[in-house]
Amino acid sequence: MSDVIVIGAGVVGAACAYYAARAGLDVTVVDRGPVAGGTTGAGEGNVLVSDKEPGPELDLALLSNRLWGELAAMGGFEYEPKGGLVVAETDEVQKQLVELAAEQGVEYAVVPGADLRGYEPHLAEGLAGGVYYPQDAQVQPMLAAAHLLRHGAESYGHGTLHLRTGVTVTGFTRSGERVTGVRTDRGDILGGAVINAAGTWGGEIARLAGVDLPVLPRRGFILVTEPLREPLIRHKVYTAAYVTNVASDSADLETSAVVEGTPAGTVLIGASRERVGFDRTTSPRVLARLAAQAVALFPVLREVRVIRSYCGFRPYCPDHLPVIGPDPRAPGLYHACGHEGAGIGLAPATGLVLSQLLTGARPELDPRPFRPDRFSSGTPVEPSPESSRATEESA
Amino acid sequence: MSAPDDRVSAACDLVVVGGGPAGVAGALTAALRGLNVVLVDSGARLGGQYFRHQAGAAHTATPGLDRFLRQGRALGERAEVLLGHQVWTVTRDGDRLTVHCQTPDGRPVAIRCRDLLIATGAHDRPLPFPGWDLPGVLTAGGAQALLKGNGVVAGGRVVVGGTGPFLLPVAAGLAGAGAEVLGVFEANGGLALARHPVLALGKAGEAAGYGLAMARHRVPYRTHQAVIAAHGERELEAVTVARLDGDWNVLATREVACDTLAVGYGFVPQIELGVELGCQTRPDADGMPVLAVDGRQRTTVDGVWAAGEPTGVGGRHLAELEGRIAGLAVAGAPVPGVLARRRRRMRAFGEALHHAYPVKPGWQSWLRDDTLVCRCEEVPVARVRAALALGATDARSVKLLARPGMGWCQGRVCGYAVACLAGERPRPPRRPIAQPISLGALADLDTH
Amino acid sequence: MTFQITIDGRAVPVEPGQTIGAALHAAGVRAWRTTRFGGRPRGLFCGIGVCFDCLITVNGRPPERACLLEARPGDEVTTS
Repeated sequence: MSDVIVIGAGVVGAACAYYAARAGLDVTVVDRGPVAGGTTGAGEGNVLVSDKEPGPELDLALLSNRLWGELAAMGGFEYEPKGGLVVAETDEVQKQLVELAAEQGVEYAVVPGADLRGYEPHLAEGLAGGVYYPQDAQVQPMLAAAHLLRHGAESYGHGTLHLRTGVTVTGFTRSGERVTGVRTDRGDILGGAVINAAGTWGGEIARLAGVDLPVLPRRGFILVTEPLREPLIRHKVYTAAYVTNVASDSADLETSAVVEGTPAGTVLIGASRERVGFDRTTSPRVLARLAAQAVALFPVLREVRVIRSYCGFRPYCPDHLPVIGPDPRAPGLYHACGHEGAGIGLAPATGLVLSQLLTGARPELDPRPFRPDRFSSGTPVEPSPESSRATEESA
Repeated sequence: MSAPDDRVSAACDLVVVGGGPAGVAGALTAALRGLNVVLVDSGARLGGQYFRHQAGAAHTATPGLDRFLRQGRALGERAEVLLGHQVWTVTRDGDRLTVHCQTPDGRPVAIRCRDLLIATGAHDRPLPFPGWDLPGVLTAGGAQALLKGNGVVAGGRVVVGGTGPFLLPVAAGLAGAGAEVLGVFEANGGLALARHPVLALGKAGEAAGYGLAMARHRVPYRTHQAVIAAHGERELEAVTVARLDGDWNVLATREVACDTLAVGYGFVPQIELGVELGCQTRPDADGMPVLAVDGRQRTTVDGVWAAGEPTGVGGRHLAELEGRIAGLAVAGAPVPGVLARRRRRMRAFGEALHHAYPVKPGWQSWLRDDTLVCRCEEVPVARVRAALALGATDARSVKLLARPGMGWCQGRVCGYAVACLAGERPRPPRRPIAQPISLGALADLDTH
Repeated sequence: MTFQITIDGRAVPVEPGQTIGAALHAAGVRAWRTTRFGGRPRGLFCGIGVCFDCLITVNGRPPERACLLEARPGDEVTTS
């Protein structure tokens, strides 16, 4: 019997478990796979404030940004506060970027076209300008998740945080309406509360509890280059189209260049978005598009070789906001999923706010925009996509 | 998404990937039946690993090479042979496949076809041990390739180690070319040299030839022994040879001064093109994933065929036979029962060899914390074990947490070892980009 | 006819058809790059294009596999 059962050992589940343990709760984390085997293992590790419009998600991102800095001090994973550079191809787009930056209320610097190469020496010629966001950062998400779980387990009393991998949740135990634990292929596990941190598969977990949660997979491919001896790219660099694509509702393919170096020496190239279910078939068309956009931004990359690609499935909700908080339709069940492409960045704030809700403390920010029953006002729920285990890898 | 594609450079009935015995036999057989065939190989000459040979030189003692070269010439007259072409992906739309290659100077070439024959062979399966990344340590196949393809003897004082019958031709070749071969260390008991299983297949000539060569050059053949460490500052200076028990735990050790080590513990079939296309795999007798094929070499995916080592390691005779069967089947011709029976017999023999030369778990006791598992990303054993302690439960999650297999070779070298360390059978490799391709070449495919 | 390539300016003889890796190995040059983390020397290992240990810089181009790359007269190899 635990105080809290967390379903999902990705970065969001790990953060929920960590903050719950820190708040003095006993936690059991279950995952049908290993640690960080789902979307966490297919991400780039973005901790971004730059790509978010003013509103509740940006508030969550700013809180998370601060928390990641604190968590990284515990050690065990890479955290690079390297800053993000959003570039504009035209003056018109540059004007929009600067207006957005002014509304966001985050740290930023307007970069005129002539100064872009001071930030990124290898950027293409002829760009109109950009905005630099010093708070944008990157973490190694798999190690971050694993170490959050370890710190949670080791720092707050032995046995406080218990990780069980290879355990598949098959249902919930109930007492009347109330959720009292999970049924698994390894037996029932009882708990005072259950947190659904199953990411892209959060909708399936919700359905096991008899509630609708419209979390859908939004596929993304990433190209990884050969390791370079000298870093070519210093920041996370992306084009303005990325911001509009993130916010778009289209099911069709959308791509925008997102290019960044990693401590391992590789360059990661994203980002594509498609709603195609859990289809992992590699699409050379998408890969070619990503490559074309990357070399347009950084012509020096033409000679650099791609050595692999991988894909993942962002947990997408129709309003692009995550689902965080208690589910009034199933008392005892909490959700922490649906972060789309921002789960790495938003994980600590999600975990902290949930732990505060669980312990009755005043939450650090207003969780109401993220409430789980906000979709029930007739938002159509698409049919269940076929269940699929993550089998891809990451950077 | 089936718009006719101006990026397609050629169209044909059958593309064969791989110019070794399986690929050449398959391509030639199909071409003789009237199919329009393109064979693609990454090497500068046909041959694959077994029939690797020097340009214009006919002095090599590789058995069967003359016949293979005749087949190659016949193929050249009837089919298009694209050498130096690396296949980086194969895509499908409708009932057509497109094989995407890259030329040596980085140009993309796309060939459209109805059928694809995967004859991509296999590469050495190394096991990590302390010092195995020192220059002078080569795979057995690497030493063989130097000799056959380049006329270069890998070293002066050479140790050969590992397991399996392949060590014999490697040692015999090196000794015959003038190297001092200090010993062949076979980690298994195997069978006495004179009763070597190659004999059982009626290949007495080959095995006896290797045995004679080794005897002539006084090369010791030691069973239940292995090289468990390599030593040297900047390159190899000595190895530790150990006497092993049946599980490959160390009983006693001694040092042998040498400048070169050729080492191999079996083979890894190259199946990634089939895996990406969705072909079903099965574990071979040694647990390695191979493409599942029926009696006509057909995989579980329409239009995709496989022959030779990708369907299970069995050597060049079986590879050629499977190539011929595949060539007939693709052309719609019946497969004579005699071929099918020979194939069954040789396949059973290949499996028997796997059972005679297994990898035993004791090799993990040779490792030290700082022994590199992944040579590309320089991941030591300690970091793999730390990943397991952090909640990685399989090779894939070890890779995510500790990076073995993330580098240049994409886990081809360390994949087997990482799977063993993670306590699982090696899984089919996912390599959507099967060969590195420049971003420029990839970008040029964009039609947007 | 035997020809020459250079490694860091030093001449290495090559038989026609040999790869750069084979020619260097035959000349006793067994390592031509170091790894990016540990600075470990690297040369030929698998010899057939699989392991990428033998990556080499020739005529200033991006690194290629020395075991696959056929040598041409006058090729200039630089170690890294």
